[in-house]
Amino acid sequence: MSALPNPGPRPPGELEELKRIWAFPKRWRILTEYNNTFIGALYVATAFVFFLLAGVLGLVIRMQLAVPENDLVRPELYNQIFTMHGTVMMFLFAVPAVEAMGVLMLPNMLGARDLPFPRLSAYAYWAYLVGGLVFFCSIFAGLAPTGGWFMNPPLTSARYSPGLNEDMWLLGIGFIEISAIAGAVEIIVGVLRTRAPGMTLGRMPVFAWAMLTFAAMVVFAFPAVILATTLLELERAFTWPFFDATFGGDPLLWQHLFWFFGHPEVYIIFLPAAGMVSMMVPTMVRTPLVGYRLVVLALVATGFLSFGLWVHHMFTTGIPRLSLGFFAAASMAVSVPAGIQVFAWIATLSARRPRLTTPSLFVLGFLFIFVLGGLTGVMLAAVPFDFQAHDTYFVVAHLHYVLVGGMVFPLFGAIYYWIPALSRNALSERVGRWVFGLMFVGFNVAFFPMHITGLAGMPRRVHTYAAGYGWDMLNLVSTVGAFMFAAGVALFVVDFARRFRPAGGKAGNVWGAGTLEWLPSGPYSNRSIPIVDSHQPLWDDPELARNVEEGHYYLPGAPTGGREALVTAPLDGKPQYILRMPRPDWTPFVAAVFTAAFFLLLTGKFVVPAAACGVVAIGAMLAWAWALDPAPVAPVDIGGGITVPTYMSGPQSTSWWAVVVLMMVAASMYGAAVFSYLYLWTVAPRTWPDAASLPSLWYPVAAGALVVLASAAFSAAGRALKAGRRGWLMAALASAVVLLVAGVGVEIAAHHALSPRASGYAAMVHLFGAIAGFFAVVCALLTLFCIVRAASGQVDAVRRVTFDNARLFVHYTVAQTLLGLLLVHGFPRMVG
Amino acid sequence: MALPPAHQSALSPHGAEAAGILDLTGVLVVGGAVVFLVVLVLVALALRAPRPRLARHWLVVAGGVVFPAVTLAALLAYSFAKDTRLPLVGRPDLAIELVGHQWWWQVRYLDANGALDFITANEIRIPAGAIVEVRLRSADVLHSFWVPALAGKLDLIPGRENRLRISAEAPGTFRGQCAEYCGGPHALMALFVVAEDSARFESWRESQRRPQAAAASGRGVALFGEHCASCHTVRGTPAAGERGPDLTHFASRISVGAGILPNDTASVARWVASGQHVKPGNLMPEFDALDAGGLEAVVAYLGSLR
Repeated sequence: MSALPNPGPRPPGELEELKRIWAFPKRWRILTEYNNTFIGALYVATAFVFFLLAGVLGLVIRMQLAVPENDLVRPELYNQIFTMHGTVMMFLFAVPAVEAMGVLMLPNMLGARDLPFPRLSAYAYWAYLVGGLVFFCSIFAGLAPTGGWFMNPPLTSARYSPGLNEDMWLLGIGFIEISAIAGAVEIIVGVLRTRAPGMTLGRMPVFAWAMLTFAAMVVFAFPAVILATTLLELERAFTWPFFDATFGGDPLLWQHLFWFFGHPEVYIIFLPAAGMVSMMVPTMVRTPLVGYRLVVLALVATGFLSFGLWVHHMFTTGIPRLSLGFFAAASMAVSVPAGIQVFAWIATLSARRPRLTTPSLFVLGFLFIFVLGGLTGVMLAAVPFDFQAHDTYFVVAHLHYVLVGGMVFPLFGAIYYWIPALSRNALSERVGRWVFGLMFVGFNVAFFPMHITGLAGMPRRVHTYAAGYGWDMLNLVSTVGAFMFAAGVALFVVDFARRFRPAGGKAGNVWGAGTLEWLPSGPYSNRSIPIVDSHQPLWDDPELARNVEEGHYYLPGAPTGGREALVTAPLDGKPQYILRMPRPDWTPFVAAVFTAAFFLLLTGKFVVPAAACGVVAIGAMLAWAWALDPAPVAPVDIGGGITVPTYMSGPQSTSWWAVVVLMMVAASMYGAAVFSYLYLWTVAPRTWPDAASLPSLWYPVAAGALVVLASAAFSAAGRALKAGRRGWLMAALASAVVLLVAGVGVEIAAHHALSPRASGYAAMVHLFGAIAGFFAVVCALLTLFCIVRAASGQVDAVRRVTFDNARLFVHYTVAQTLLGLLLVHGFPRMVG
Repeated sequence: MALPPAHQSALSPHGAEAAGILDLTGVLVVGGAVVFLVVLVLVALALRAPRPRLARHWLVVAGGVVFPAVTLAALLAYSFAKDTRLPLVGRPDLAIELVGHQWWWQVRYLDANGALDFITANEIRIPAGAIVEVRLRSADVLHSFWVPALAGKLDLIPGRENRLRISAEAPGTFRGQCAEYCGGPHALMALFVVAEDSARFESWRESQRRPQAAAASGRGVALFGEHCASCHTVRGTPAAGERGPDLTHFASRISVGAGILPNDTASVARWVASGQHVKPGNLMPEFDALDAGGLEAVVAYLGSLR
């Protein structure tokens, strides 16, 4: 073992001060707390509540379908119910639940004090809670969306769905998209930069690899659906005809964008659950995971491959045979990495006789159900079979096998597994067996018959079915099974309410697991940050827990007098600097509530109140940002002879990394927009202009020159900053704002003669202008904030994170805008 | 009277494409079951006693990489061989345009030159054994044409025409349903495909081509002209509305309401007077203002459209 960094006894009062600094605020001020344990627990609980709510909707569906030609639920209401069942399960339960497990468990698993941007997670959570609950309540007002969770136009366009219902979906999931992106930033930087020293990437728990893959997938997949929802809302609100074939738009554009997100989405949901299974299986057999490297490779490979499958949701749309072949092959290929993980688990289970605790039962249930679901997935990848099975109950069976088997069962197992680390009591093993039994049997009774029902001719998304076609008994059996499954869940809820007690100590490491989340911990996570030199640190060093508790490892106290996290190097976890976190305050909560209010009021078309809420939200965010980037203090000794700075700027700063991740999100969305433009050209080239009707080339030349000058102004500002010339700095920043806004303004003015309603092409051109405008406004805000900080003496040659963030984003925006100019003005001239 | 028995299952095919797909399905089910059992057996073995020989890398590589790669490559090739849809070679024996509407099907028969022959709705009759090309278009939102006993499905997409070739091996009645959610009463958008021997098909086709014989005047005709002609066409009469299904030779059809009610007087009356109760949200208003005599007259008129 390595030498202990702080071998002697710790000074008196150090632990008390650490506890005081990290204590949760009392009473209602607890809403300002951002600690990952607090937010993470609320997050998981909220996701679970949405699971229950959407589950009730599922039971209503099954009651309506229990007998043919039933009239329990009118078609209009049924269509809202099945749309909400899918939407709430996918967007308000599945993704938040796995993200929440990351927020809750990752810092402890990595030996970190907290996530690197904890207030961002708090913001994401509160926005999700408020927005999600209001969105769910739309069903009581008859305003719930009716277009299915995938919302295909033209059905969901204004013409065929007038009314607010579909707008509710489009804007309602806006804050989900924000939460997911915020979570992705948090997790990427957290996994790569806050691991305990010695925890190389090769020693990282598999769940951390799974969450890293999850976050990277969110970065590249969610922007496609963000763009798609923006386009559909623009079409509904302003008649920009992206999806209207009579104007050169195309309904299939939506399907490409949505499923480019939608397919990775299901792996976004599954991979973290697979990561949880990889944490539980070694504990079941008290042996390390067999094939760790292959499993990690499989997780990452699944992440990549999953982006190449989306068209398998569109096999029946009449696409060319070559496309069918490629996507069928890719869809089959993705089962290889899944197979690697399954056989790694089987191999591990074969090492020793597994203990059959409740978590183990859920893992076994997962293996059964998920493997079956994966096999039906391979069936669906065989294109001719899909021609029959697509849009039938066969697919309903498949998706529930892979999602319930692949995520819900591991989640229940994980809750039973990790509760002892969070609660005074573990959950009851005896009741747990009943929960498992009812859920497992109920699930199979409900969903297995649906494979047959679908092939026997029953389509999906139907509020009723005709009698006498062989579906009657199958549906009744499915309904009985659904209620059995629900009984299992209800039993779980009862036991949970009886046993879960977060205060007054923790049950501890009852399973004898080996990873860091089982170290004794408080709100500050671990007393000291350990050195890690194996996959299962608690198994390999029996003294670890005691030494961590007694403060013999790094950072046993709070040397800067506030909440701190240790930032480490991405490959080997070497300590790099101390990240200082501000005290809890109201700004993330206020920003979140007003963000949710903004989206919800906008949905109801209350534009002025929405704008007012938006202004308050932005104000709160600026106030929040004001507390960031604190003045540097002296470097601190963390033990073991290591002194680290308390401030970091440049590419080593976690802030820089966050901006880089955001740039990747933006680039991903822009890529989707470029795809959309080029795709519509292939569909309706007749709507593209000839060179004579394009705006003069002077427009893009002028716009391009202006935005490039804005970048140059920022570079000049950087030099002024280094030289300590504050006046020049502020002037250069101000000019950058003016130049950027002017450049974008020129581009928008270039198309004044073209109405965005005229065609899909016209709508695209104006979309690029709108994107450029939006980014220019964000840059202006960031830069103006920087100017104000500089004026108040809080930006200088050393303390420059605020400046660097703005600079990165402005350079990115300029590059993105130039690409847009090239496309909009260059492409038609090239092909015309 | 009830709707005639009809086949609507992919598991009992009566057409060439459906039969080929069922073969593929059999292979997939057997293959999937075998793999599933192997996995279950391995897990069961592990639960009963430790198997150190299995607790190794080689199992992960053999089971997770080699086995799937080999099997799936073979499966992929086999599945391509079973895809008989594209390219569409040769001329079909019969071509029909099927235009999807919320929540009914317009059926436009084409003659040998590709020109319009006649229009009907919600029912397709074909000669048994013939290759029939169905050209799919949509008048409004996405729909999907699915007659599982004959073939897989293909979508109806506004702005595009998709073409599907179907053939029935022998005479029979087959039911299909819209298989792409189209809002409202999507569940009640069905149609019948009837395969007949060539002689019967030809005589049906001849009679469909003829316009409706001019009807005697009467209350039914008058009420039809007043209330129905603005949306419905009956060739050979002044009624020329195009918003709803063409009702020429309506009495020769199996169903009313797009495959959901049998074509008898009681059901037709129900459809006319309380269609919103039968198929909530459909675009035909209820004619409950007609008195009992008027309703009877209209229904009788419709029953005369042989």
